[in-house]
Amino acid sequence: MLEISDLVTAYGPVKALDGVSMTVPAGKITAVLGANGAGKTSLLRTVSGLVRSRSGQVRLEGRDITRAPVEEMVRLGMAHVPEGRGVIAELTVEENLRLGGLFRKDKDAVAQIEHTYELFPALGERRKRAAHTLSGGERQQLVVGRALLARPKVLLLDEPSLGLAPMVVNQIFGLVRDLVDRTGLAVLLVEQNAKSALSIADTGIVLSLGKVVATDDAKVLAADEQLRHAYLGF
Amino acid sequence: MSTNLSKQDPTGDSQVGTTPEVTGTPSADTARRRIGSTLVRNGLLMLLAFVGIALLLETLSPFRVSQLGVMAYYLPAIAGLTVLTGLNGQISLGHGALMAVGGYTTAVLLERQEGLPFLLVLLISAVVAGVVGLVVGAAAARLHGPYLAGATLALAVGLPGLALKFDEFLGGDQGLRVSPPRAPDGIESFYESLMGDNLSGQRYLAYYGWIIALVVLLLLSNLVNSRYGRHWRAVRDDEVAAELAGIDLGRMRVQAFVVSAVCAGVGGSLLAVVTRLIAPTSVTIVLSFGLLTAIVIGGLGSLLGAVIGAAVLVFMQQIITDTGLDAGLDASQAANIAPLVYGVLLIVVMLAAPRGLVGTVRMAWSTRAAARRAGA
Repeated sequence: MLEISDLVTAYGPVKALDGVSMTVPAGKITAVLGANGAGKTSLLRTVSGLVRSRSGQVRLEGRDITRAPVEEMVRLGMAHVPEGRGVIAELTVEENLRLGGLFRKDKDAVAQIEHTYELFPALGERRKRAAHTLSGGERQQLVVGRALLARPKVLLLDEPSLGLAPMVVNQIFGLVRDLVDRTGLAVLLVEQNAKSALSIADTGIVLSLGKVVATDDAKVLAADEQLRHAYLGF
Repeated sequence: MSTNLSKQDPTGDSQVGTTPEVTGTPSADTARRRIGSTLVRNGLLMLLAFVGIALLLETLSPFRVSQLGVMAYYLPAIAGLTVLTGLNGQISLGHGALMAVGGYTTAVLLERQEGLPFLLVLLISAVVAGVVGLVVGAAAARLHGPYLAGATLALAVGLPGLALKFDEFLGGDQGLRVSPPRAPDGIESFYESLMGDNLSGQRYLAYYGWIIALVVLLLLSNLVNSRYGRHWRAVRDDEVAAELAGIDLGRMRVQAFVVSAVCAGVGGSLLAVVTRLIAPTSVTIVLSFGLLTAIVIGGLGSLLGAVIGAAVLVFMQQIITDTGLDAGLDASQAANIAPLVYGVLLIVVMLAAPRGLVGTVRMAWSTRAAARRAGA
């Protein structure tokens, strides 16, 4: 679904990504793990066009999207949930969700907002509230719900567990897993919380200083004692 | 006017206060939305506001009527600026210059093209200001905060200078005299039969200005509650999230700037007509600061706040100056107190009520509502 090859991204003289390649297949969750500064967030930001790569290529369904403008990405089928829960604080929950489906002309978007409320009942109860009144977990649900309204083929999730209670993390991860199994969505998940991420992912990729140091089945990675100690910290 | 306008108000805060509990099934929700169609509701509101204004214009002294006329030309510009700054997050110190564009266009058209219907002149002035806004907005879309303030400040300082440069065409220091439109015979005789009195030119202009101002408010309030308003607020609140949702940031900024410039152009056109003159001295940097002061005092992003801000701007100036004269100051000293009081007022508002009057009242109201709910 999503193919990344030899991606290099640099901020001035600092290389954040140093030749990263990976494939993110449909119907699977690919988890990218690594310590602070490994390049995880830079990877997602480069893929969605928020940061321009120096070289390398990103292909979505075989089509080169490396240079596509950011606002085009969502039309091409890629949704990016940025780190730190990018809710539009002053808009209501419902207005936030409507932004998610804004480029869709079909009437289904409205029905799907209702469906989002079924997925996340907490949002349904607060649909007319301004988003800044939501709790952290609710905000995460809102941004994931908003991203899904674009009916993406690929979903990029940046640290969805950040600052959330383990129970809420499990709930959101469970929901994503369920969605992937049902709809064949491709998910590229970036996480520091390696244990939780590997428990729902199909494939794990470990980044260190902008380079891929390991790619393997998630269960194998989780069982690899040395790797865990060296990079994943559990 | 006030209660309903505030419900329409675009800032998200209102949602906290006005909808304490989410109720109803989706179908009931849509039904309610259809009945309370924004356009119809706002239209009725403006009609009501017009009746209120008409009552004021008929009962107040000629001096107050002229003040209301002044308020009518401030209002579109202030409303446009509050949408730009409050909802889209772009600051502009150059709206006085955009008013100048509208004002000079009106003056030149009325002078050179006699017989043009005034409404057409107004529309052309708005469009010309919009075009200038497009150019400025295209540059502004790349600038943030202080840089944007600086660029628009340059506009405010530089643009009136054009009138001196092209003094044959634009009248130089003296400015251009504007012969204000007279009421059409039909309206005049209708007014006479209704009120049993002549429609004075000044009163006609005040009516004229207020009708235009209310139409601008009506259009703006619909716009800010539409998809456009939502996108503008999204861009203001979180650029990354907006961009990732598929919103073109630059385009939204330019759009907001053009809309705001068009409003300023309407204000400038009314200014030329109401004051019968457009000159560099009537569109100085002080005007730009005054507009900004008005939106901050009223409450950023609130159209009701724009109305309050305009009223403060117009009426306070005179009250302060009068107080100064009463206290024994000479005329020029008294005239200089007003800017001082504005400055102090601005500082007090920023310290005590940074959301402006409308925002602060609404916040207090929703806090009390929440406390009552918690107590119940």
